[in-house]
Amino acid sequence: MAKEKFEIPSLEDALDTPPVRKGASGHLKIHPAPPQMMEKLGFPPALVEGWQKKAVDKLGELKEKYKSLKMFMEVCVKCGSCADKCHYFLGTGDPNNMPVGRQELMRKVYRKNFTAGGALFGGFARAGDMDEAALKDWTTYFYQCSQCRRCSVFCPFGIDTAEITMAAREIMDSVGAGHKYSLEVIAKVHDVGNNLGIPKPALSSTLEFLEEDVKEATGADVKFPVDAEGAEVLMITPSADFFSSPHVDSLVGYAKVFHAAGISWTFSSYASEFANFGMFIGNYAQMKKIAERIATVARDLGVKRIIVGECGHAWRVAYGFWDTLVGPFDTLEVKRPVHVCEFTNDLIKRGALKFDKTANDGFTVTYHDSCNVARASRMGESPEGQFDIPREVLKAACNKYVEMPDSVNREKTFCCGGGGGLLTDELMELRVKGAAPKTAALKRMMDEKGVNMMAMICAICKAQFTKVLPYYDIPMEVVGGVHQLVSNAIILGDK
Amino acid sequence: MSALSLFYAGISYAGAVVFFGGLAYKLIGYALTPSPLKIPLTPQPASAAGVAWKAVGSILSFRALWNGDRWTWVGGYGLHLVLVFVFIRHLRLFLSPVPWPLADVQPFALLIGALLPLPLVYLMARRAAVDRYRQISSGADYFALALLLLIGLSGLSLKFLFHADVVGIKEFLLGLMLLSPVEVPEHPAFLVHFSLVLVLGFYFPFSKLIHAGGVLLSPTTMQADDAPDVRHVNPWGGQ
Ligand code: SF4
Ligand code: SF4
Repeated sequence: MAKEKFEIPSLEDALDTPPVRKGASGHLKIHPAPPQMMEKLGFPPALVEGWQKKAVDKLGELKEKYKSLKMFMEVCVKCGSCADKCHYFLGTGDPNNMPVGRQELMRKVYRKNFTAGGALFGGFARAGDMDEAALKDWTTYFYQCSQCRRCSVFCPFGIDTAEITMAAREIMDSVGAGHKYSLEVIAKVHDVGNNLGIPKPALSSTLEFLEEDVKEATGADVKFPVDAEGAEVLMITPSADFFSSPHVDSLVGYAKVFHAAGISWTFSSYASEFANFGMFIGNYAQMKKIAERIATVARDLGVKRIIVGECGHAWRVAYGFWDTLVGPFDTLEVKRPVHVCEFTNDLIKRGALKFDKTANDGFTVTYHDSCNVARASRMGESPEGQFDIPREVLKAACNKYVEMPDSVNREKTFCCGGGGGLLTDELMELRVKGAAPKTAALKRMMDEKGVNMMAMICAICKAQFTKVLPYYDIPMEVVGGVHQLVSNAIILGDK
Repeated sequence: MSALSLFYAGISYAGAVVFFGGLAYKLIGYALTPSPLKIPLTPQPASAAGVAWKAVGSILSFRALWNGDRWTWVGGYGLHLVLVFVFIRHLRLFLSPVPWPLADVQPFALLIGALLPLPLVYLMARRAAVDRYRQISSGADYFALALLLLIGLSGLSLKFLFHADVVGIKEFLLGLMLLSPVEVPEHPAFLVHFSLVLVLGFYFPFSKLIHAGGVLLSPTTMQADDAPDVRHVNPWGGQ
C-alpha cells in the first residue's frame, strides 16, 4: 500500500473502546460546494449575511417539522450507552465522534436558543451560540457521521444521531455552507438521471456489451433491456451497478434471474438511479424530487411492479419513504417496491431457480449487513426478513457460508465507514479509520474460518470496502454482491 | 395562617401547576409535532400492539442500556427501581385511609427506598471517572443527580435523624391536595426536604428529566414497521 499521511488503525483492538483523544479527527475537511452548484439546488451560493441567526431560525423551523429532532434534542440523559458504539469513534477516539458528543454539537446551540436553562445558565448547561467555532465543528463532525443508526440501537430512547446529522446538514446548506460531494451527485441526477452522470447512449452500449459478454460465457441470450415498453418489471438499481466493479457482477445476476424466471423487465434511462442522496443532506424536497423520476417512469411504462437492486440507503428510501414522498403507486399491481433479494428468494422458494452451487466452491462466504437495510427497513413479512432473506439467497447459491459474530451482525452491524454521503476522497482518512471495526471482524473470519468472500447488498459498502480494505492488506476481491454469487451459480434454463 | 405556611402553600401550588402543566405541555408538544416520514428502528414489530409489548419489555428491563453499557445499567436500573419504592413509600402520605396492600409493603419499601443515595453516588462517580462520561457530563448532569441525592438524604434524615411528625406532615399534604391548606409543620429538616422536592418539580419538565415521558413518544422506538401496508402522509409534504 502506498504510504499514507495518517496512521492505519491496528485491527487487533479495533473493536475495543479507545481512550478519548480530543480533536483526533478535527483536521479532516470537506470540500465545500462551489457557488453555482449551491444555487442549482436552490441554496444560497455562499455563507449568507447573518448566517448565525439564520441557522438558529432554521433549527427552530426544523424542530417544529420533525418530532425526531425536537425530542432527540431534549430527552437525552447523557447515559453514555451510545458513546462507544460508533465506528468513527472506535476508529479515531475523537469525543465529537461519540454519538452523544456529535449530538451535543447541535444541542449546545439548541439549549441556548430554545431552552430556559440554556438561556439562563449557559456554561453550566453547556449551551453555546451559533458562531464561527460552532460552524467549524458542524462542518467537520456532521460529515463524520454516516447516518448508520447503530448508536440508536443502544440508546434507551432510540435517539438516532442520523436524524440530527441530516438536520445539521440541511441547516448548513440553507445558510450557504454545503458539501460538494453529495450536492454534485444530486445535480447529476437532475441533469442526466443518475449519480454517475451516465447518458443514455453510454448506458445502452454498456448493456449491449454485457449481453455479449454473458452470451459468450454462458451461451444464453440473457437480455439487458432499457426503456422497453410493456415490460412487467421496472428494474431500478444504483448506477454504480452499470460501471463499477464488483457491482456490475450483481447486475448480471439480476438479469440472469429475470431470464431464468422468464419475466419481462426493463431498466429506464430516465430513472437510471436508485440512490437518493436527498436523504443524506436531510432535504425533503430533494429526496422527493429524486424519487419522482422513478414514480413517473413506473406510471409511463405501465409496469406491474418495481424491483430494486442492491443498495442500502436507497432501499430505506424506497421501502419506508417512497409512498409518502411520491405515492401512492396506484398503477402498479404490487404497490410497494420489491427488493431483488425478496424477488430471488421467492423464486427459489417456489423452485423456479436452479443452482449449481459448486460454481461458488472457491468461496467461503460471509455476509455483511448494510446499516440502512438492517436498521431502517425490512424485507418480506417477518420483522427479521432483512437479515434472513439475503442469507437464504446466499445459502441457496453457495455451499460454504459462515456467519459473522453476533456483536457485529444483524442490527448490531458496523457501517462500512463510507455511507451517508461520505464516500469521497477528501475523507479517505476517516473512511479508512471508520472501516476498522468491521474490517477487524472480517479479518478474524478470514484467519479463523478461511473466509475469502464478504457478500453485501449495498453499492456504497461495495465501493468503500474495495477501496479501503487494501489499506489493511486485504485484497479487494473479497468484496462481492449477493447477486454476484447468484450469477455464478444460477443454471440458465431455455425460457 | 403564618407567613411561612402561606408561603409554602403558594409555592406548592405553583410547583404543582408548573410540574403537571409543564409535563403536559412538553408531552403534548411532542405528540403534536409531525413525523414527516416513518423512521422506526428495525427490526420492529409491524403492529401497534407488537410495538407496545416490545416497549413494555424495553422499559421494564432497560434493554438498550443493558446491551450498551452494563456498568451504567447497574446504576441506572438500580436508581429507577429504588425510586419506584420511594414513590410507594410516599404514597401513604397522600392517601387516607391507606389501602391495605400499600400499608403492608411499607417496611419493605422503606428498606429499598433507603438505598437511594447508593446509585446516585455511583452514577456521579461514574460520570467523573470514565473518560467518555467525563467528556459528555455538564454541570446540569451532576445537578440532577445531586438534587436527587440531597432530597434523598434530607428525606432519610426525617426518618432516622431528626424524627419528624408524620401525622402533621400528612395533614399538611392532604390539606394542600384538598385545597384547604393548613399550617406547614415547622420542622427544619422537613422544610429542607419539601423545598428541594419543589425545586425538582419546577425543574423536571424543562430538563432532561423529561426523558421519563419522552420514552413513550420516541418515533424510532414507538413507530410500527408498517410502511408497506399503511400509507403515511407527511402533513407538510405538499403535493
Ligand atoms: S444512549 Fe441515548 S440517552 Fe444515552 S447518551 Fe446516547 S443519545 Fe443520550
Ligand atoms: S449514526 Fe452511525 S455514524 Fe452517526 S453517530 Fe450514530 S453510529 Fe456514528
